[in-house]
Amino acid sequence: MATAIAQPPAQPIERENYLNKHYGVGSWLLTTDHKRISLLYLMSITFFFFIGGFFALMIRLELLTPAGDLVQADTYNKLFTMHGMVMIFFFLIPSIPAVLGNFLVPMMIGAKDLAFPRINLLSWYLYIIGGVLMLHCMLTGGVDTGWTFYTPFSTAFTNTKIVEAGLAIFVAGFSSILTGLNFIVTIHRMRAPGMTWSRLPLFIWAHYATSIIQILGTPVIAITLVLVVAERALHLGIFDPKLGGDPLLFQHLFWFYSHPAVYIMILPSMGVVSEIIACFSRKRIFGYTFVALSSISIAVFGFVVWAHHMFVAGISVYAALVFSILSYAVAVPSAIKVFNWTATLYKGSIRYDAPMLYAFGFLGLFTIGGLTGLFLAALGIDMHVHDTYFVIAHFHYIMVGGALMGYLGGMHFWWPKISGKLYPEGWARLAALIVFIGFNLTFFPQFILGYVGMPRRYYQYPPEFQVLNVLSTAGATVLGIGYLLPMIYFLWSMRYGKPAPDNPWNAAGLEWKTQSPPTTYNFEEEPVVTWEAYNYEELDAPQKQEVPVAR
Amino acid sequence: MFDNFPLWPDRASTAAGNVDALFIFLIIVSGLMTALIFTAVVYFAARYRRRPGVIAEQIEGSTPLELTWSIIPFFVFLAIFAWGAVVYFKSRTPPRDSTEVYVVAKQWMWKLEHAEGQREINELHVPVGRDVKLIMTSQDVIHSFFVPAFRIKQDVLPGRYTVEWFRATKPGTYHLFCAEYCGTQHSGMIGSIVVMPPAEYEAWMSGGSTGPLSATGEKIFAELGCSTCHRTDATGRGPNLQGVFGKPVQLADGRTITADENYIRECILDPGAKRVKGFQPIMPTFQGLVSEEQLNALVAYVKSVSAEGGAKTSAAAAPDKNPAAGSQVNQ
Repeated sequence: MATAIAQPPAQPIERENYLNKHYGVGSWLLTTDHKRISLLYLMSITFFFFIGGFFALMIRLELLTPAGDLVQADTYNKLFTMHGMVMIFFFLIPSIPAVLGNFLVPMMIGAKDLAFPRINLLSWYLYIIGGVLMLHCMLTGGVDTGWTFYTPFSTAFTNTKIVEAGLAIFVAGFSSILTGLNFIVTIHRMRAPGMTWSRLPLFIWAHYATSIIQILGTPVIAITLVLVVAERALHLGIFDPKLGGDPLLFQHLFWFYSHPAVYIMILPSMGVVSEIIACFSRKRIFGYTFVALSSISIAVFGFVVWAHHMFVAGISVYAALVFSILSYAVAVPSAIKVFNWTATLYKGSIRYDAPMLYAFGFLGLFTIGGLTGLFLAALGIDMHVHDTYFVIAHFHYIMVGGALMGYLGGMHFWWPKISGKLYPEGWARLAALIVFIGFNLTFFPQFILGYVGMPRRYYQYPPEFQVLNVLSTAGATVLGIGYLLPMIYFLWSMRYGKPAPDNPWNAAGLEWKTQSPPTTYNFEEEPVVTWEAYNYEELDAPQKQEVPVAR
Repeated sequence: MFDNFPLWPDRASTAAGNVDALFIFLIIVSGLMTALIFTAVVYFAARYRRRPGVIAEQIEGSTPLELTWSIIPFFVFLAIFAWGAVVYFKSRTPPRDSTEVYVVAKQWMWKLEHAEGQREINELHVPVGRDVKLIMTSQDVIHSFFVPAFRIKQDVLPGRYTVEWFRATKPGTYHLFCAEYCGTQHSGMIGSIVVMPPAEYEAWMSGGSTGPLSATGEKIFAELGCSTCHRTDATGRGPNLQGVFGKPVQLADGRTITADENYIRECILDPGAKRVKGFQPIMPTFQGLVSEEQLNALVAYVKSVSAEGGAKTSAAAAPDKNPAAGSQVNQ
């Protein structure tokens, strides 16, 4: 901490910070600074996002016409499989926790770093090893099982690279577990004096809940993948009925992780949105305690709803009833959050800067995604729409409309802090609008397509589905432009952007009380917290009366 | 009207109306919720936009409000759950006197065999207004029998039977899709359900049958030597199968289970697993020796001897056959 004061006065414009303290590849690859690791993650997940995006584009192009004419059937099957695997395991799951969470969790609670900085670096290396394995797997043939690996297709029938893909996800899973572990210990042990649990930003609560899922759920997918490999390579009869196994057992194990995994993606996004809405309406979040605890209850309930993916899979009617009602139970805390965000706007002082536009976008898309979840949890309707495009549309509304909008909103909100530069606001607002429009154009037609009966993972389809598919592909093009824009102007801003002030949004939260970009140890001296979270009343008050007293 | 741009699927079964009614209810409920939230967000965002000199009014929260917007949605959700459960339950419970069709799925085709013996591939002919029960299994991976116009879907698993049923209400030809991803030609594993008026259907049925499935089963039963032990009296080394189907069976390990299709199937493939009380474990496994079609025939045979023995499970289809022969000639 003390080192930051003794900076050389040679460059009066640029203060010493975590970015310019050391230079050279080694200073990045061996760094234990959570902020630098966050940037390593940012670069790696952006890389995988564009790979996954490319697969998505190919899928949409193939579906432009009813006949299978752009690629071979097997290629198409690999495209949607790799799209799912890359986007879920190598983009969405690490996205907010490993980039924004890594950067902000220590800063928001007033800590110098995460509790285990070297484990943090290890987790990035595990992610990279997993990612390289996945790339190798894709370049040498790929996988065609769908990201769900359903047995016995994956263990006994396909001749694609199951073992390698499983290994890639297995390794990347440990990266996720270690990040979760690090966050939990950090949040418990590293809070600054006065940063009580009830003063924690909701972003921290959301990450705490996420971490619980990461450390309790991820081992189950790891075990499941080991069992798949064991059956495939060693012919141990676990899932394949020909070897005396049970294919439904696989689905139970798979969804025991993969349903909570959806909450790994969406909970951090909810945390981001809470921060943004509070800041841009200058208010404490309405019902702070309820929003905080709803994150925890989503994490807990999220573990007991997995079989709602299996209503028509051959489970008993009674099991289906239980899982249906539990799925409605988990919808309640999500609804609570939406109502509280809406209520926070009431009597606020609202500005529409780019992060807030993304937060509005999140609210809209997540609401639609959540409500269509009610359709799917209804047994009678799931019977018809299960495994159709209705499901595709629903989970993209949650995982792209929700999680990705939150991620982009967060990137815009904290970019000045991360990079020390301001991005062009006009372009950012335009991009938010393009993403919102493009997203709806892509995925709303798929709800109709699903109810009309188009099954998912279809490479060719009956001609009557074409118009809706064309709309969807058109939307995907717009959406793709919307995603390219932020990457371009963020990169541009790093060189040409105006230097960011320490607190451009006049936001509450400890991360804004240090310089932009922060020094390696974040704070000049350990902060002592004497205020509640989101104390916008105090922040805004000095401008009115006590100008000479405060800062 | 919207040939290239359908906004709603055909409604051609008794289940379709039930599913649609719930779906429309949910569209209304979620439409209202969306309207409520969007209106509030847009109104607040406009009404409370930042103005110079105006400071946000801090509101801590409100427990009564929190309870309101937790409890009211919860009860709405419960209502949806209950309605959905009723629709599902109906669709999962085949009526007793259904006509039975055996379905064998494989990469990438549907093989269908009527209890009366007609075989079809990727096409199923059914009459309007009769309950049809599908007894389905897969030869390889998991598939799913999905008929959008009927609003029914059920995964088809290897190594066991799953069941679904429907009663068609409107003549026509409807899509049959495989809905569970099953490999290269998954999207080519499609077929059609041809729903015919009863008279036309009887005419269709009268052509090209190799005799009822149960008769085929009886032949296999004799060929495989099953009948040497499973005699029709009490002297056999295996249980007498007359009247067994649909009845409770006392197992050697003390459990009692109902003899359904899956049980018969399991007894043929893995005789030791659920051995009947009072019999020695001497039956060999027929795993790998009988095809899925032969298994279906055997199951149909066991069911038919039970029907003769008093229960009236699957015999309903039989009387329909004879009058059909005389009624009409063409296909």
